[in-house]
This record gives sequence, structure tokens and C-alpha cells, in this order.
Amino acid sequence: MSDRRDFLKTSAKTGAVVAGVSLAPGVLFYGIAQGRAPEEAASDKRRYGMLIDTTKCGDGCRECVSACNTENGLSGKTGPQDSQWIRKVEIENLQTGAQHELPVMCQHCENPPCVDVCPTGASMRRADGIVLVDRHICIGCRYCMMACPYKARSFVHEPLHDQNPEVPRGKGCVEACTFCVQRVDRDESPACVDACQKSGHQAMVFGDLNDPASAVSQAMKAHASTEIRADLGLHTAVRYQGI
Amino acid sequence: MTTEVCFIQEKCRSRQFWLLLALGGLVFMGTLYAFFTLEHHGHVLTGMNNQIVWGLPHVFAVFLIVAASGVLNVASIGSVFGRKIYKARAPLSGALALAVLAGGLAVLVLDLGRPDRLIVAMTHYNFKSIFALNMIFYNGFFAIVGLYLVALMDKKLKPYSRPVGFMAFFWRLALTTATGSIFGFLVARAGYNSALYAPMFVIYSFAYGLAIFCVVQSVMYWWNHRTLDEAVLRRIKHLLAIFVGASLYFTAVLHLTNLYFAKQWDFERFLLLEGGIYPLLFWGGQVFLGGVLPLLILFHPDSAKSMLAVTLAALLVIIGGHAQMYVTIVGGQAFPLDLFPGYAEASSFFDGQVHAYSPSGWEMLLGMGGMAFTFVVTTAMVRAFNFMPEDDFKDLEGKEH
Repeated sequence: MSDRRDFLKTSAKTGAVVAGVSLAPGVLFYGIAQGRAPEEAASDKRRYGMLIDTTKCGDGCRECVSACNTENGLSGKTGPQDSQWIRKVEIENLQTGAQHELPVMCQHCENPPCVDVCPTGASMRRADGIVLVDRHICIGCRYCMMACPYKARSFVHEPLHDQNPEVPRGKGCVEACTFCVQRVDRDESPACVDACQKSGHQAMVFGDLNDPASAVSQAMKAHASTEIRADLGLHTAVRYQGI
Repeated sequence: MTTEVCFIQEKCRSRQFWLLLALGGLVFMGTLYAFFTLEHHGHVLTGMNNQIVWGLPHVFAVFLIVAASGVLNVASIGSVFGRKIYKARAPLSGALALAVLAGGLAVLVLDLGRPDRLIVAMTHYNFKSIFALNMIFYNGFFAIVGLYLVALMDKKLKPYSRPVGFMAFFWRLALTTATGSIFGFLVARAGYNSALYAPMFVIYSFAYGLAIFCVVQSVMYWWNHRTLDEAVLRRIKHLLAIFVGASLYFTAVLHLTNLYFAKQWDFERFLLLEGGIYPLLFWGGQVFLGGVLPLLILFHPDSAKSMLAVTLAALLVIIGGHAQMYVTIVGGQAFPLDLFPGYAEASSFFDGQVHAYSPSGWEMLLGMGGMAFTFVVTTAMVRAFNFMPEDDFKDLEGKEH
């Protein structure tokens, strides 16, 4: 009888130790990584944002564009009906002749006009500031495309094949840069930012604007930066340095 | 002999009626074919793209939606302002308004990227969106004008026609204000972003709606071999002239305001002078064909006696209205968004360039469906119901003007 009790006690202790040993690193790792669990909602404690240093952005470099296309399953074609979530824009000051190159994508506004005008609420702003399109309720009216001051949105004009399962897209819906939300939720940087780092230009910094210690907050504090069309008062999450 | 479904039995002219219905039906069948083709292959078959996101279907659809509320004006002048010659036309005005709105909305819905999700649009509302509010206004318009029609046509409910008529009048003003605001609320585009769009669309709706009403009324009179009384014709003619003149005035104010703002000069130069098809449609279509020429016809001394002249002027207003919608909707998008004021811009996404748009046959078919639908519904309605205006000529003598 006592043998049986001892056996059960020993088994329970061993089980607890095994469980502890196998689960602890996961819990610990999760704690370190601070990635969100799938069932956990996005929180307004964070606001994701980006600083782009146009002086470091490489002339003719398209690494960010290619990385975005690969990550999100875009064709990379540049016809009038093809989707482009990020593009390199070349600008030249009409008075001074100063030239810059810079990537432009959804600016993830705090007051996004696309969200204001969307009739069904498909265009929405997550609590952490990422502006997304709910593909389940987008009716394809394209009013958000009319309203976006940054020309950041694309309409899917034809059926799509071989999509990235993490980035569902669909014919007849509007889409745009998501800050690679699937990566951000794993506490990774957007694909364009990673590609820019790897290319050596290091023109893009991404992170939590609400965290004063984050690299992006520090960079924004240290350097003068501006929004595109700051006059519109949209308080974009993407800011530019050097223009 | 079987009795035809026809209100005036001796004037049924069934062969012609079925022929007209078949003609309208055939065009609408073409629209449905275009719709299913686009539904299967996507908008890749259209000329619309990521720069010109609203094209020809929207030109036709918005014209009809704006005109619909204007068609109801005839009834409103009767019910709200108590003018008897307009009261006689109230049932036709109400029914035609519903048919025109249904035609416009049909095109808008058939052009959606996901038309299968219409139920989503009807069940998910973002109340900050002027588009969502428009959906409520459109549905409400059907309900209120439907009630108004019942009150007009049922003798027992006749006393209610005035209060319901009032409601319909204010509702239609709100509806067109909201339709104009769809463009007025676009903050970043040089061609829009003006509060003037709301009242301007109300005025446009007066002109386009009355023009459609005039054409339909004339056809009904010709069909029934009747002549419109000169006094009635004169009043409608004057009213149309006032609305056309007011439309020109609002258009002038919009562009003169823009010309005063240095930041708008490039856009105005594009739209009024250098933009190719757009200045042509603006000056030739909207201003001359849709404004100046109808005014010349309407103010010509002989036009007071000629239903043909007034109908011709009304047809020109309709043509000019389509030109206006093309200039407003497509022209407004063709001019590039200015992301970096003071800079020249270039990119793979056509930044800084005037955007090209060549509508395809599919879009044309889709767009024409609105007119075809309105035509079929109107033809069937005026045959089955007593919508023929009956003027009491005692009312026409003397005091009313």
C-alpha cells in the first residue's frame, strides 16, 4: 500500500519537474520576447511607428520594396492595376533643386481618413495604431483610396494564386501596408526595415513610439523629423528625417 | 378580348410598349453580362486602376443618384409650396424619383469589388462615414417617397400627403447634401475638399432632376397625343432655366475660389486649360452644352410655345450633367495627389503624373444599365398607373406664376 503511495508521490514530483523544465523556457522566452499571444488583443499601451532617414536611403536601392513583395506575396509588377504597398519616390525641390529618394507606404495615421470614410468599418485602426483592412467586410467600394492622402492603397483587380497564408488577400478588396502585422505580432520588425538594415543603409527604424527607451523614440527625439502632408493634421506613425 | 395591364385602355399601343420594354431590357441584359464577367475576372477588364479608382460606372451612377432627388422637386413644389400645376405632377415626380434612384444605385452596387457583400454594407455601418450615411439616406428615400406616393394616390390618405411631402422634401435635401459631401470631404485631393460641393450638388440635382422629368413628361404627352398647356410649359421652362443658371453660378464660384488660392493654380490650369479631355468636357460639355445652350433655347421667345424646344434643352442639360460628372469624378482623380508640395515627384506608382484613364466597353455596359433600368421601370409604371398629369385649367388662370 505504502509502495503504491510512494510511487504516486514520486510520479507526481517527477511530472511537475518535467513539466516545469519543459514549459519554463517557453514562458521565460515569451516574457523576454514580449510577443503577443494569438488570443491577446492589441493594446493601446503601444503605438508602432517608423522613422525614415532620407539621407541614408540608397539611390536606386529597392531592397525594402522587394522584401515587402516577398513577405506579403505581391507580384512586384508595377502596372497601373498592380498592387504596390511600398514604393520609392524620387523628389526634387522646385526652388532649390535638392533631390531625395524615400520609401512611401501607408503612414498609419492617428486620424486616418480611410477609416473615417469606410462605410462598413472594414478600414480600421488597431489599438496599437496599425491601420488595416478587414478583408471579411471590405465591399470594394474604393472610397478609402479616394480619401488616402498618401496614395498608399491598392485594389486587387484580378484573382490571386499562391498567396502567403499569413497574409490573406483577395480579388475585389482594398489592401495596403500592414507594417507586416504578422511579424510585429511575433515581435519582429517589418520586412522592409529588416531589408534596409541588411542592405547596410539602415535608413529605417521601427518600434514602439510609446516606449521612451525604444530605438525609434530615441531617434525621433534626437533628430528633427516631419510627416508627409503634416498640414493635414493626421499625426502619422511614419516620420521622415532629412526632407 | 383580354384586358391589357394598361391604365388608359384605348391608348395601350401594346406593340410599341413591349418594344420599348424589350429595348430597355436588352441593354440591361448587357449590363448584367458585364457584371458577371467582371465578377468572375475582376476589375482588370476595366480601364479603372489604382490611380483612377472611380470611373465611368460612377459617372452614370452619381448622375442618376443626384438627379433622383431633383426629380422629386416637382412634387415638393406642389406639396410643400402648394403650387397646383406641380401638385398634378406629384405622383409622376415621386415614382420617377424612385426609378431614377434605383437605376443609379444598381450601377453603384454592380461596380463594387465585392457585390456579393451587399448584405455587409446593409448591416455594418460606420456612422462617421458619409458613404454609410448615404446608404441610410437612400433607403430612407425609398421608404419616405414610397409612403408619399401611397398618400398621394389613396384618397383616404390624401390629407397625409402634405406632411409626408414635407418630410420627403427635407430628406431629399439631406440626401443630396450627403452625396455632394462624398467629394467635399476628400481632404487631400485638389479637385475636391470644399464645402461648396454640398450645396452645388443640391443645385445640380434641381437642374438634372427637372430635366429628366421634362423629358419623361414630354414623351408621355406625345405618346398619348396630348399637348402640354402653354402656361404649364412656360413655368417649367422658367424653372429649368433658373436651375441651369444657378448650376453655372455655383460652378463659377467653385473655380473662382480655387483661382484665388495659389496652391490650387496647377489644378485649375489642368482642369480648365491643359488637361486634354477634361477642359474639353468642362467647357464644351458642362458649360456650353449643359448650360449656355439650354439657357439660350429656354430664353428664346419661341420656346414658350414649343414642347420640343424645352425637351431639347432638357436633353442638353442631361448630356451636360454627364460631362460635369466625368470632369468632377475622373478629372478630380486624374490630377496627381501632391504628397510633397513644392517638389517634383516620380515613382513606380505614378506619383506626380497625370493619370491616364481609358474606359473599357465593360464599364460602358455597366454604366448604361442604370439608365436602362430606370427606363424599363418608368415605362412599366406609367403604363400601369395613372401618372399622366391632369391639369385643372381653372387653376392656371390668373394668380399663379
